[in-house]
Amino acid sequence: MYNSNRMKFWRAFNLVLLIVGSLFMIAPLFWMISIALKSMEEIYRGEFTFIPQDIQFSNFVEIFEIAPFFTYFINTSVITVLVVLANVFVNAFIAYGFAKINFKGREVLFIFVLSTMMLPGFITLIPQYVIFAELGLVNTYYPLVLPSFFGSAFNIFLLRQFFKGVPSSMIEAARMEGANHFQIFFKIALPMIKPALFTVAIFSFNGVWNDFLGPLLYLNDESLYTLQLGLQVFKEQSSTQWNYLMAGSLLVLMPVIILFFFFQKYFIQGSNILGQTDEK
Amino acid sequence: MYKKKENLYGYIFILPWIIGFLGLTLGPLLFSLVGSFTNYNVTSQMDFVGFANYKEMFMYDDLFWTSLYNTLYFVAFSVPLTTIAAILISTLMNQDIPGMRIFRTIYYLPAILSGVGVYLLWMQLLDPSTGLINQFLALFGIDGPNWLFDAEWAKPSLIMMKLWSAGGSMLLYLAAMQGVSKTLYEAAIMDGATRVQMFFRITLPMVTPIIFFDIVTSTIGSFQIFQEAYVMSADNAGAPENSLLFYNLYMWIKAFNVFDMGYAMAMSWILFIIVLILTIINFKFARRWVHYEGD
Repeated sequence: MYNSNRMKFWRAFNLVLLIVGSLFMIAPLFWMISIALKSMEEIYRGEFTFIPQDIQFSNFVEIFEIAPFFTYFINTSVITVLVVLANVFVNAFIAYGFAKINFKGREVLFIFVLSTMMLPGFITLIPQYVIFAELGLVNTYYPLVLPSFFGSAFNIFLLRQFFKGVPSSMIEAARMEGANHFQIFFKIALPMIKPALFTVAIFSFNGVWNDFLGPLLYLNDESLYTLQLGLQVFKEQSSTQWNYLMAGSLLVLMPVIILFFFFQKYFIQGSNILGQTDEK
Repeated sequence: MYKKKENLYGYIFILPWIIGFLGLTLGPLLFSLVGSFTNYNVTSQMDFVGFANYKEMFMYDDLFWTSLYNTLYFVAFSVPLTTIAAILISTLMNQDIPGMRIFRTIYYLPAILSGVGVYLLWMQLLDPSTGLINQFLALFGIDGPNWLFDAEWAKPSLIMMKLWSAGGSMLLYLAAMQGVSKTLYEAAIMDGATRVQMFFRITLPMVTPIIFFDIVTSTIGSFQIFQEAYVMSADNAGAPENSLLFYNLYMWIKAFNVFDMGYAMAMSWILFIIVLILTIINFKFARRWVHYEGD
C-alpha cells in the first residue's frame, strides 16, 4: 500500500498551496470593494487594511453626480439586448445548417468559418470602419449591433457541436412526415439545445457588456457612450480619485459577477466546448 | 424526394453567415490588401504607392520595431507563464479535496472579468503609493517599483494582470485531467512511482493536446493585446517611453489618430503573416510533443 502518512502530508501541502493561491486571486476584488468604500484621506494614509475605518457609501452616490452613469447603463443595455438576441438566434440558425443539413460544399465552407477565427481582428477592423463611415453610420449603434446579425465563428462552432447531439433519425423522421427544416429547427432542434443557447447568451452578454474597442472607435457623442467608454472618460476626469474609480468599476463589473454566481454551470460548459476543436 | 431540397435549405440556413463573410470579412480583406499599397487616408487620397508602406515600416520606422519588440516580449512571457500557472492550479485541484467547487469558483472568477473595470482595478493595485501590491510589499520592508510608471516594469505589470486571469484555461486542463483513466495511476503506484514521476509521466503527457490548443489560441490572442495598453498607459499611446506601445496600439494610432490608413493596413498584413507563421511552427513542433490517445 501507499505510505499513508506521506499521502496525508501531500494532501495538506496541496490544500495549503490552493488556499494561498486563492487568497492572491480574491484579494484584488476585496481590495476594490474596500477602496470603493474609503475616503480619499484614508486611502492616502497608505495603511494596509481591507476594512475601512469610516465606511463611505456616499461614494456610490457621488459618482452619479460626476458622470452620467445612468445614461451609460441604459445605452449599454440597449446594445447588449440587441446583440445577445441576434447572437443566439442567428448563430443557432446557421449552426443548424452546418450540423444537420447535408448540402454541397458544407465541409469546405465550415473550414472557412473556422479559419476566420484565426484572423487578427484589426485586419478587418480598419476596412469595416471605412465601410461604416462611407454609409454615414459612425456615431450610431449600427456598427456595434449589425455585425452580430451575420453570425460569429466561435458561436457557430459551439452551437454546431450541440446540434450534432440531436439524433439525425428524429430529423429524418420529421422530414418523411413532410415537415420542412424551418419547422424542425424551431419545434424540435432548438428546444433540445436550450442549455447551449443559454451558454451562448451568457458569453455574448459578457463580450458585448465588456466591449471597449467598438464603442471607442464608433461613438463620439457622450450621450451615446457605453459603460466601458464612460468609465474610461471617468478615469480621465477623476485622475487618482481611487474611491470613485473603484466604485464605478465595481458597478460596471457587478452584473457580470452576479451572472457568474448564478449561472456558473453555463460558463464552464462554454469553456469546455472551446477545447474540443480536434473533434470533427 | 425531399433530399433534393437539402442543398437549398442548407444555403438558406447559412445565408446570414455567407453575407457576413463576404461583406464583413472577405470584402474588407481585399480592400485592406489593396489599400496597403496606397496612401489612403479616408478623406481625400488613395494613390498607388507600391511597396512604400512596407519599405517605410521595415527600413525607417523605429516605432514599428519598438512595437514589435514589445509585443514579442509580452507574448514570450505571458503565454508560457499563464500556461504553467493554469497547469499548476489544475494539478492541485485534481485531487479529492474539500471545497473543490469553491476553489474552482475563486480561480475562475477573475478570468471572466474583463474590460475597463478590470484595468482600473489593476491601475489601483499597481499604484506606487496607495496600491495593494506596494503596500503589501511594504509589510516586508520592500520598496516596490513604480510599475506602470516605470518603463522597465510596465510590461511585467501587464503580464502579472494576465496571470491573475490564468484560471480561464484551468477548466480545460481540469476536464482533461479528470478524463485520465484511474487504472494508469493505480498501475504506477503498484510499480512504486512517486507523485512527481506520475505527474511528468502520466498526467502531463495526457493533457498535451490541451496544452497545445491553449498555446496556439493564447499566442494568437496575446499578439493582439490592445485595450489593456490603451487604457493603462497614461497617454493612451504606450507611455512610459513607449514601453506599452504594442503592435495593435501603434496600428490604431496610425489608422485612427493620424489617419495613415494605408500604412496601418500594411501593418495588419504583416501581423497576420507573423501570427500565421507562428501558428504553423506550433503545428509543426506539435508532432514531437503532443500525445494523442490511440497514437
